[in-house]
Amino acid sequence: MPITTKTVAVTGNQAIAEAFRQINPDVMPAYPITPSTDIVQRFSEFVNNGKVDTEFITVESEHSAMSAAIGASAAGGRVATATSSQGMALMWEMLHIASGYRLPILMALVNRALSAPLNIHGDHSDGMTMRDCGWIQLFCENAQEAYDNMVMAPRIAEHLDVRLPIAVNLDGFIISHSIESMNYITDEDVKSFVGEFQQINPLLDTDNPKSIGALVLPDYYMEHKRAQHESTLKVMKVVEDVSAEFGKRFGRKYELFEAYRLDDAEVVLVALNSAAGTIKDEVDRYREKGVKAGLLKPRLFRPFPYEKIGAALKNAKAVCVMDRADSYGGYGPMYMEIASALYPHRGPALFNKIYGLGGRDLMPLDVDQVIEETAEVARTGKVKMVKEYITVRN
Amino acid sequence: MKQMNWKELPHAGTILEAGNAHNYKTGSWRSLKPRWIEENCIQCLFCWIYCPDSSVTVKDEKMTGFDYDHCKGCGVCALECPGKKGNKAIVMEKEGK
Repeated sequence: MPITTKTVAVTGNQAIAEAFRQINPDVMPAYPITPSTDIVQRFSEFVNNGKVDTEFITVESEHSAMSAAIGASAAGGRVATATSSQGMALMWEMLHIASGYRLPILMALVNRALSAPLNIHGDHSDGMTMRDCGWIQLFCENAQEAYDNMVMAPRIAEHLDVRLPIAVNLDGFIISHSIESMNYITDEDVKSFVGEFQQINPLLDTDNPKSIGALVLPDYYMEHKRAQHESTLKVMKVVEDVSAEFGKRFGRKYELFEAYRLDDAEVVLVALNSAAGTIKDEVDRYREKGVKAGLLKPRLFRPFPYEKIGAALKNAKAVCVMDRADSYGGYGPMYMEIASALYPHRGPALFNKIYGLGGRDLMPLDVDQVIEETAEVARTGKVKMVKEYITVRN
Repeated sequence: MKQMNWKELPHAGTILEAGNAHNYKTGSWRSLKPRWIEENCIQCLFCWIYCPDSSVTVKDEKMTGFDYDHCKGCGVCALECPGKKGNKAIVMEKEGK
């Protein structure tokens, strides 16, 4: 089958708005917040110009945006929204309702630091606080990945074994507002790939009355949560299947995580999103110098593929996990996942760097220092400090 | 009633059978119990209107008593009951009396 794409120069937000236009959701409730504003602003133009059939709901807050998304999804519609940082934080209690009701809502989460201090730039503190909300979380290095993941998102979230809400994460400003060259898939191809929305027990089917959201007391709550965990575990196979089909049709291959020069790597960095681009360049440079460097970039963060990531990292000599989010008084959130994944292997020496909070740049030289230190730990087997901040003035 | 395990639960815990709250008996929550004194009853049906559950049983537009499987003993019926000449047709009594 020919690959039907066209090359464009767009921002990450434009790419997401384009994916939403092609998906053509039934309802989009949204409230603007930097740096995601651009997505819904562009989408509202599509609505205004009759490019989509979407019911666009301007709400009074993000809490209402997620509440309206839940109502519309329970009613039986395909629903999408976008937000960032404090906006996601205000949605937080409703995020649990969306997953508990098993509603496959689509969200673009343009990652931005949480206040205080007030900051509008990119880090992962919003995405990481979404960890236990029951949503599927995909992370994207660039605009192409953000677009591709959003095109795949309905297929993953709406799969009958899954039926869970999904958030596609991209770095605020670094990806959301930078222009990159990438490929769009044609409208017809996206439409046929995404398919029709399949309803499960829609509330608007009034001939069959039903209740959702009933009170569940200690005699049943745990059974509901156990069932939710099981459905979430099924996401991994669905992501693999949908990605394989996407790769076959459109030529771009995606796995649960990206292993960059990882096969024989002894000195390994782990990082999400846009930092992975910088790290790949530096990994190449160190490879030329004879250092067996590599990168593991998780794509699916929830559910977390512990076994596969553990197996991919177990033969490294040293692994540095780079977190663009913090847990004050604790280790970085990604470090905790990688440590859990590696525990059964009693594998490489492991340590943690916190970088790039509030949009602080991660420069190639910063990556070089991390690779140097990781190589040193690989050689000596000794970790000086488990958690340390880099790109910070000491 | 046999309790379902986690594999048997309906999708998203959605209740597909309308009105199945009737199968969930709440009478054991009660500490006070309404007693109907028929001779004082003027069949105004205030109790039936005010009952926040549906525990006042009515047949052919006449109050006939209480559904003690579901009555939680809130006492609203007894409070609202106008009775006959100042004598209540519903009084609350201690459970087990």
